[in-house]
Amino acid sequence: MVLATRTDRDPSLLRTLWGSTIGKKAVMAVSGLIMLGYLVAHVAGNLKVFFGPEEFNGYAHWLRTIGAPVLHYEWMLWIVRVVLLASIVAHAVSAYQLSRRDIRARPVKYAHKRPRASYATRTMRWGGIIVGLFVVWHILDLTTLTVNPNAQPGRPYENVVATFSTWYGNVIYLVAMLAVGLHVRHGFWSAAQTLGAGSASRDRALKTVANGLALVLTAGFVAVPVAVMTGLVS
Amino acid sequence: MRLTLRVWRQRDAGAPGAMTTYEVDGISEDMSFLEMLDTLNERLILDGEDPVAFDHDCREGICGACSLVINGDAHGPERTTTCQLHMRSFADGDSIDVEPWRAAAFPVVKDLVVDRSAFDRIIQSGGYVSVPTGSAPEAHATPVPKADADHAFENAECIGCGACVAACPNGSAMLFTAAKVNHLNVLPQGAPERESRVLDMVATMDAEGFGGCTLAGECATACPKGIPLPSITAMNKEWLRATRKGRKS
Repeated sequence: MVLATRTDRDPSLLRTLWGSTIGKKAVMAVSGLIMLGYLVAHVAGNLKVFFGPEEFNGYAHWLRTIGAPVLHYEWMLWIVRVVLLASIVAHAVSAYQLSRRDIRARPVKYAHKRPRASYATRTMRWGGIIVGLFVVWHILDLTTLTVNPNAQPGRPYENVVATFSTWYGNVIYLVAMLAVGLHVRHGFWSAAQTLGAGSASRDRALKTVANGLALVLTAGFVAVPVAVMTGLVS
Repeated sequence: MRLTLRVWRQRDAGAPGAMTTYEVDGISEDMSFLEMLDTLNERLILDGEDPVAFDHDCREGICGACSLVINGDAHGPERTTTCQLHMRSFADGDSIDVEPWRAAAFPVVKDLVVDRSAFDRIIQSGGYVSVPTGSAPEAHATPVPKADADHAFENAECIGCGACVAACPNGSAMLFTAAKVNHLNVLPQGAPERESRVLDMVATMDAEGFGGCTLAGECATACPKGIPLPSITAMNKEWLRATRKGRKS
């Protein structure tokens, strides 16, 4: 028996990944986990606001000197920003393309409607868009200081207090942090499944970690505006 | 029992369809859901109307021919196939919505019948084991660890009915494809084609226009054979492994 031998070359790894729904979801999972790792570091840094303006502003300055003297001033910050930007683009483009495909795959809806899947699962798309818009606002507010009421470069403590002294600053922030929590709750567990790390025996542990991460991130981030609102931080 | 049915009627693939209301009386709670539809059809035929077309074959829950989304649930409220669903799951006077599987990859042929040949093409692209023909080999010649045999059998239970696609908000065929991939990839007989099987079947699944997986879990809840959601995780792992290693056959 003679079997046909394939003579065409396999496409590159990147092309295979991007060309498949499973591969594209893996890109979404990895980029999401990178951003999740950043959020954990971010929330830990935020909590330094409770130790007063000197420590918080000193910490913000230190972030610019990480890696010195090997790295020049702010280089590490820019490396992190580039990695995050690449992650956001990969995450958003894969989410957009997969969502388009998913909607096309179910062109006719059922006449008998009933809620499907959990709240966190159903809000992934809208929640992701809300978080994406928030990131734009957040950078304009506390990085470029374009919309910040205080807008003092090098004084992040005072800028944070100024933002959370406005009603809209609080509303935008609180809504976005709830969206982050819901997004992480389904996203972390889902990423583990996409990357093949889940199993029946590990399922409970993964769900616990996902819920724990969602809770710690939301509570940690929300603590800052609540502290400013109650006068604990001023 | 007296029931009000709202059934999707569509003359053919090209015609527009609509939910049509029928009153049925004299339904016994011991009837299966399909027998209830038979009763409706007998009356429609006597009245000179076109009977409701629906798929069915063995009517004992093993062939995967029957379908129907009943009150928004694939195969109805019980975890079984539509043919094994009995009218005792409903109450006298109930209103029941009956719709076909909804997915771009499963176009409606007529009324409640959809074309599920996309599943056949996924199977054709790798859902088999290539063996030279001849006499059957001695079953004990290839030892299979108990855990692997159990895992293979759990996935082999898939009857290919398509309830997973019907229940999925994205019309995704991941659970079906995963069941077939896991069933063969875990067994020594399936090992030579392990990489090409998962790569080809997933590629065909994508090409057929099914949606992607968002881990909503609706598929595993609807599956009449209880194929578990972690089967999808296991297929993702197989696919990523095969992508890394490259195909061997």
